[in-house]
Amino acid sequence: MANDILVLADHLRGQLSDTTAELVGQAKQLAGATGGQAVVALLGAPDLAGQITGADTVLTVDHPTLTDYTPEAWEKTLLHIVNERQPRLVLIANTTIGMDLGAGLSASWGAPLVAYAVRLEAEGGDIVATAQVYGGKLLAEVALGGDKGICTVVAGSFPAAAGGANPSVETVAPPPGLDDLRTSFLTMVEPEGGDVDITAADVLVSVGRGIGSQDNLELVQELADAIGAPLSASRPVTDAGWLPKTRQVGKSGLKVKPKVYLTFGISGAPEHLEGMRDAELIIACNTDAAAPIFDVAHYGTTLDLFDLVPAITDKVG
Amino acid sequence: MRIVVPIKQTPDLVEELELNDDETDVDREFLKFVLSEWDDQAIEEALLVKEAGGGEVIVVGFGDPDVELSLATAMAKGADRAVNLTGLGDGWIDSHTRAAALAEWLKGQEVDLVLAGVQAVDDLDGQLPPLLAAMLGWPHVGVVIGVEGKDNTIVVSQEFGGGKATRLEVKLPAVVGVQAARQPPRYASITRIRQAQQAGGIEEASVSAAGGGAGITVRRLFEPEKTGHADMLTGSPEEVADRIVELVRSKGVLK
Repeated sequence: MANDILVLADHLRGQLSDTTAELVGQAKQLAGATGGQAVVALLGAPDLAGQITGADTVLTVDHPTLTDYTPEAWEKTLLHIVNERQPRLVLIANTTIGMDLGAGLSASWGAPLVAYAVRLEAEGGDIVATAQVYGGKLLAEVALGGDKGICTVVAGSFPAAAGGANPSVETVAPPPGLDDLRTSFLTMVEPEGGDVDITAADVLVSVGRGIGSQDNLELVQELADAIGAPLSASRPVTDAGWLPKTRQVGKSGLKVKPKVYLTFGISGAPEHLEGMRDAELIIACNTDAAAPIFDVAHYGTTLDLFDLVPAITDKVG
Repeated sequence: MRIVVPIKQTPDLVEELELNDDETDVDREFLKFVLSEWDDQAIEEALLVKEAGGGEVIVVGFGDPDVELSLATAMAKGADRAVNLTGLGDGWIDSHTRAAALAEWLKGQEVDLVLAGVQAVDDLDGQLPPLLAAMLGWPHVGVVIGVEGKDNTIVVSQEFGGGKATRLEVKLPAVVGVQAARQPPRYASITRIRQAQQAGGIEEASVSAAGGGAGITVRRLFEPEKTGHADMLTGSPEEVADRIVELVRSKGVLK
């Protein structure tokens, strides 16, 4: 138990996230090095246990307050599990759920945490994590000494667990206190229908912070219209309300894989790259030559978008 | 409702990040520090909650470089008090230490709600809001895109991918990690910022940071190895536009 690698299954509304299988694959590898087991904690959806492969054990905990996610109920339950099992390392996906639970568990369980990990190795008794910092401009190599630790892991960092034997499933009794919570689930809000589906488009024209203002969107909209592509965006643009959330590409938006992805004024924060790096042809326009977007783009230019965009519109139109 | 917004300064990522001699931290001496963008969102959301239901907004800094300017700016936007916590040192201040220091200071205050930026570009040891909540024993919700205050509770919208969100009700006191305010952060005029600076409105309080410490060892920072880099197109806008149209056309997506 003390050498186990424990993965928190990341799921919402009956669907496991892809990252869960990635973490299970990585946990199995690390467990081989630490001499423990790959254990998955599955909270509130015991039916999903059959979808988890490649781990040694799945622990299921069920309780009415775990079905619809609230941080408080999940946090209490996860702490209960790690207190009982005392794993060497807990792996949590860097999703909304992971951003809620990782650091809280660090304080309540008294274990160090490395956030935004993209690489993990067992090195002697230590776990060594490599993590993104400063918007992905730098990586940090960090040692987690001691006998317990937590990493929150960026999606897409590891290949998904490839099959393997079905894990044994154990049922764990819920911790006390789940009937007396201060957080209650009210409703799930689905995105408004009727907008264009950016995941279905062959070409996307995507804008970021560099566009500067809502008024300037018109310029890029003209280009998008000329090409016949929908406009998509990085987070700052949808946060500002200049485009609806349904147009947002990235970690807190949608994952897209068009034939052509044209970006204007997007610097390429890790959260954005997570959603578009698999596009077939990426062409990026950003005035900062050192912007991370150019590390994933196939072609790039540092021209001012306000000069370039109308020029492209002219040629296409 | 009394709302505390802890704020931090992080390096301006538009600038080149140089490393220190042993390559375990950025070289802070020549860096420009700006308000963490998520904290700017948290300030805006706090002001919106106050405007809707009354109350008080207190912004709290941790002695970071140029934090006085960010504190004064928050006051110019409508925050009622600004407090700078000192004693945490000059280097990288990890989130565990910040959370412990803030928890220590909060003990002397009667606070209903802490609204903090959900993350920061340098929170390698974890995000501040859940750490603080665990230390205080308060409930917490992160990745929040809207807060409505009621009597002894708040209703928050928590964002999941692709436009999905859940609405949760949380009893106060509570900690909320703000992803985005309901509207873009407002601007403060230079005149009002100067007034806030001159009024001597920024309080100071020293904290011990006992109980902090991330428990991790940063061995080195380094630039990600490039698996590839874009072919850079140069020339006039017309020349580059020609090339881009040709590239797009080659994928068969243009008529």
